[in-house]
Amino acid sequence: MIKLVDVHKSFGRQKVLGGINLDIEDGKTTVIIGGSGGGKSVLLKHIIGLLRPDSGQVIVDGVDIASLNDRDLNEIRKKFGMLFQEAALFDSMNVMENVAFPLRAHTKKKDAEIRQTVAEMLKAVGLPGVENKMPSELSGGMRKRVGLARAIALHPQIVLFDEPTTGLDPVMTEAINELIIETQKSFELTCVVISHDVQSIFKVGHRIAMLYEGKIVEYGTSEEIRGSSNPVLRQFLSGSLEGPISVM
Amino acid sequence: MNRISAAVDRFGRAVLDNIEEMGRIFILFISVLMWMVRPPLKLRLIFKQMEFVGVKSIFVVVLTGTFTGMVMALQGYYGFRMFNAESLVGSTVALGMTRELGPVLTALMVTARAGSAMAAELGTMRVTEQIDALSVMATNPVKHLIVPRIIAGVIMLPALTIVSDFMGILGGYFVGVPILNINAGAFIKNITKMVDLGDIYNGLIKAAFFGLILSLVGCYKGFNTTGGAEGVGKATTEAVVLASVSILVSDYFLTAIMF
Repeated sequence: MIKLVDVHKSFGRQKVLGGINLDIEDGKTTVIIGGSGGGKSVLLKHIIGLLRPDSGQVIVDGVDIASLNDRDLNEIRKKFGMLFQEAALFDSMNVMENVAFPLRAHTKKKDAEIRQTVAEMLKAVGLPGVENKMPSELSGGMRKRVGLARAIALHPQIVLFDEPTTGLDPVMTEAINELIIETQKSFELTCVVISHDVQSIFKVGHRIAMLYEGKIVEYGTSEEIRGSSNPVLRQFLSGSLEGPISVM
Repeated sequence: MNRISAAVDRFGRAVLDNIEEMGRIFILFISVLMWMVRPPLKLRLIFKQMEFVGVKSIFVVVLTGTFTGMVMALQGYYGFRMFNAESLVGSTVALGMTRELGPVLTALMVTARAGSAMAAELGTMRVTEQIDALSVMATNPVKHLIVPRIIAGVIMLPALTIVSDFMGILGGYFVGVPILNINAGAFIKNITKMVDLGDIYNGLIKAAFFGLILSLVGCYKGFNTTGGAEGVGKATTEAVVLASVSILVSDYFLTAIMF
């Protein structure tokens, strides 16, 4: 269970998170939506301890990770996998070494076992046989799928997705959405997805939270969100220029 | 009056920024020391960096060392000839190379080649979130990325300096003896007479210190890169400038202490 309690974060004079309260349900996919530059990535980085809040608590399985030292935080992080926006594959390593990285770092598996696990993970994301390719030889969609294979290699409980469909064509967007749904089901994961792709939001999300001006202004199931009369949410979903969200 | 106070303000800010940066580099250094002694020692990564910093720099170090020794012999010859003391050319070249030019030139060349590459590589990893990915996978980026580079810098700079010293003296011999007709026996005898092992050791200690500076500054600048491709370029330039200046400034103080 992930719980954010009154999380505040500023960078210099710029306030990014102004009191986030959010309960993320186990075994479900929660999508956090909001405008570009609205603090979605900052929120995600708090959940995995890449950023620490100025005040407030980020509780993962009953532990406030904001107060942990590096060693204890690393133990908590083993419960997580994360797919970065541009996949963040290590460009000095091939696909095999990328996916094997967490296995070599945190398990005592032998090389043959690691190769087998990597092959299974790549098959699970629909990319069998690409072990020897370098990240630079892969398309954007393929990189994201390899990134997902790396994120789930250690069988984490929670997987975070940072704008997984940004920059992809509609067909690849659909493929990645299907992959998130299938992976979530088959590994029984708790997923947190941040996105501003309206079609994907309703496809992958069991629960949806709207982040606006540093606060969660609406949180509910897909149906509740569709039926919400919140003007911020309505404007965001319709993509209208008229409404409380101003375009800078 | 306003202009003066604005200028003083800017100067003050620059001084404070520099002090803050020195503090941050020092904190990184302490963190490196702590992670260095914490097992496991990642030997594969260390050897990979040693190859990059050391083996791949040999050619450029041989070239600069040889030509520096050659030009020192030539310049020394013109000066010593006035006093009929041409046989001192060898010892002058050897002392110059082992005490100063070997370590300093090697450090500057390796800064340009490997220090800049460290900043660029880590900077690119930072802006493409690869360093965040390491953290997310519960792997400490200082241990994984910086410690091997620092160890490689500290070990390989003295090794490269030995090569540079040797090639400089060889270059000096090549110019002094066959070209300028200095007596070979006198050339070598004066080297053995005037250069003692302390000169060489102190030069190597300097080299190790320079290796620490160039790798620490390169890693610091790369690790703290912000702002995409432009930021990577800026970090790389700043790493080369700061490391080069630090090497030259610290050289004076190390010389004052050691010799």
